[in-house]
Amino acid sequence: MLLNDPLAKVLYIDLSRRSFWIEYRQDLFEKYLGGVGVASMLLKEECPEGIDPFDPKNPIIFAVGPLVGLFPMASKTVAMFKSPLTGNLGESHAGGRSAASIRLAGYGAIVIKGASDIPIYLTIYNDKVRFHDGRAIWGTRSTVAGRALREKEPGSGIRCIMRIGVAGERLVRYACVITETFRHFGRLGLGAVFGSKKLKAIVIAGNNTLQVKKGKIYKEAYKEIFKRILSLSALKKYHDLGTPVNILPLNKIKALPTRNLKTAFFEEAEKISGEHFAENHLGRRLACTHCPIACIHLAALRQPYKDEPYFYKTTFISYDYELIYALGSMLGISDSVGILRLLDEIEILGLDAISTGVVLAWATEAFEKGLITEKETELRPKWGDYESYINMVRKIVTQPNDFYKTLALGVDEAAKRYGGEEFALAFGKNEMPGYHTGPGSYLGFLTGARHSHLDSAGYSFDQKYLGKEFTSKDLAIALFKEESYRQILCSLVICLFARSVYDCQTVLRLLDIAGFTMNEKTLRQLGEEILKNKYQFKIQEGFSFKNLRIPKRILETISPHGQLKEDFLREAINVYQQLLEGKIFLD
Amino acid sequence: MTRLQVIDTERCVGCQLCMYACQRRFGKGGIGSAAIFVRSRGGMGRGFRVVVCRACSDPPCAAVCPVDALRIRKGGGVILQPNKCIGCGHCQEACTIGAIFWDDRANKPVICVHCGYCANFCPHGVIALVKEGSKDVIK
Ligand code: SF4
Ligand code: SF4
Ligand code: SF4
Repeated sequence: MLLNDPLAKVLYIDLSRRSFWIEYRQDLFEKYLGGVGVASMLLKEECPEGIDPFDPKNPIIFAVGPLVGLFPMASKTVAMFKSPLTGNLGESHAGGRSAASIRLAGYGAIVIKGASDIPIYLTIYNDKVRFHDGRAIWGTRSTVAGRALREKEPGSGIRCIMRIGVAGERLVRYACVITETFRHFGRLGLGAVFGSKKLKAIVIAGNNTLQVKKGKIYKEAYKEIFKRILSLSALKKYHDLGTPVNILPLNKIKALPTRNLKTAFFEEAEKISGEHFAENHLGRRLACTHCPIACIHLAALRQPYKDEPYFYKTTFISYDYELIYALGSMLGISDSVGILRLLDEIEILGLDAISTGVVLAWATEAFEKGLITEKETELRPKWGDYESYINMVRKIVTQPNDFYKTLALGVDEAAKRYGGEEFALAFGKNEMPGYHTGPGSYLGFLTGARHSHLDSAGYSFDQKYLGKEFTSKDLAIALFKEESYRQILCSLVICLFARSVYDCQTVLRLLDIAGFTMNEKTLRQLGEEILKNKYQFKIQEGFSFKNLRIPKRILETISPHGQLKEDFLREAINVYQQLLEGKIFLD
Repeated sequence: MTRLQVIDTERCVGCQLCMYACQRRFGKGGIGSAAIFVRSRGGMGRGFRVVVCRACSDPPCAAVCPVDALRIRKGGGVILQPNKCIGCGHCQEACTIGAIFWDDRANKPVICVHCGYCANFCPHGVIALVKEGSKDVIK
């Protein structure tokens, strides 16, 4: 890396002692670049083996990478922690202004340890770190806290405001952290870890200038990347309709999980399609800092007040494919206004939308089957009835009885307690994303380090290999390679939508401009090494490939690849494990 | 003479590519000495403001400079002569729209020179280089 690159600076903050200090960690960044690579090493250093995720010792680690502030779409921040949802590796990525503000405030990573005795929030302006009384914003909606800090704190335009809602404060295991109102560290419960530390919010801002090896080469390379990004048709579609562009194609191949995946085809998909949302609700588009695509789509939801005629409120709600799946088809809701209202409630409370949708879907089916009754639910959940779901979401946060206390632990725990494991759709305890595309998708959820569709994009493999033959070994190898290379992208914190632009050769060229010398072989090896590091942590915390639960439901509902076979998946898992253990050698 | 014009802020998505572009003129990354600034109008849901010099033909910033460091630019706006500038900050106060930014390290103002480099990188048609004197534009 370049001499004096502030990337090497790691800011450590101890909430218990209200102190902070900076360490220069060239060693980490030189070797692991940043993002996931560096964060997983810091997690290893900071997270004691076997601790409870709500132990003050559980660290929150944010890391960015060398290309942030230099090249477009290097726009993500990686968060790592021990997940309260899975009791294992917690990893979540978000964009907004987060990555740019951390990097331009002069840091490569931030490590937050300890816990405060009273609610607080933190501000980080370049080298000034301050602890503030957060009692006045504790217990507030995520939107209220955001607004208050926006007005009280400086840095408009260059700052990032991360905050939690009441879900995080009440330790709902899938509470999220919201940043810039419309972006999220959504998965695996970072919001609850914030809550356990009584940390309501963090404001970060900075406006550094960054050096490169050669200015002229830098400018030329930038121009080229910029052009390539704009000419990609795949990216244009994310600009136009956003990720919900995928609703109709996935429904067409019968891969859109519907009503807790009792089927993978939603007969009313048209009404929740990207096209429908764009035509009827789209009010504004936004971009993360330094991204030309602007995939963030905001619906302008105009709602009348019931108590007075001609009295309306208009709210902006960001929508995405995953949210429309989890709160739409998965719950049988075809009214797009209903989806947006449910989504709005989830945002205000600060929950992960995917997990919430899957939990509600399980509860609805468990209710249908009589595993739970109105005694537990206090209302009657019914497919499509978003009013009931809005009330249930509130109860997940307020937790009026044991049932809702259990729902707040995730679908895995709920099914353990009340039954219905065969239709409790979580993998590695993480609620499933919206792809019933075939074996690739599920192998990805099962084996991916964070049990997310983004780990190895098995859904994309499924779609590419539709109607083609492949063995469990072919599949495992393809996903392993993909997950390995994604560790590089996620160490450079490049938005995965730009993955085809940031191929190996391009990455090497840009890294050179940022002062990193590597070659294709070392880069690919690094990807595998980072992945293995993450698995070491997982194994240390009790993860085992053997104990992975495969809910029967995914085998019953026909996928575009026909009926899925448990044996096939188990074999593939086995190969994946051997690949990670280095027992199968790839050239 | 050409100058930079904000065509339509409603199209702005807040990507700040223009800020990074302005900084890149000097072959560097980040935004430390960018002459254009994009901020939300109080939350991103409300859209954005694009703050950049509007090329006044009778610039108040130049009028208040005690050492004549801001030369009036043909076509509007000013050209900073850094060796004359004493870093007093009067110009920054005089600019009603807040289009004068500050380079903390050099302790000098940063003001748009209307080169149009940023406009090449705005993907959404918010800003453009226009010909001064074309009668159909209203600043
Ligand atoms: S800096 Fe401000 S006052 Fe000076 S010319 Fe530009 S807009 Fe006018
Ligand atoms: S016109 Fe030139 S100086 Fe002005 S903001 Fe754009 S890049 Fe910067
Ligand atoms: S590049 Fe264009 S869209 Fe992006 S912030 Fe600047 S003016 Fe707005």
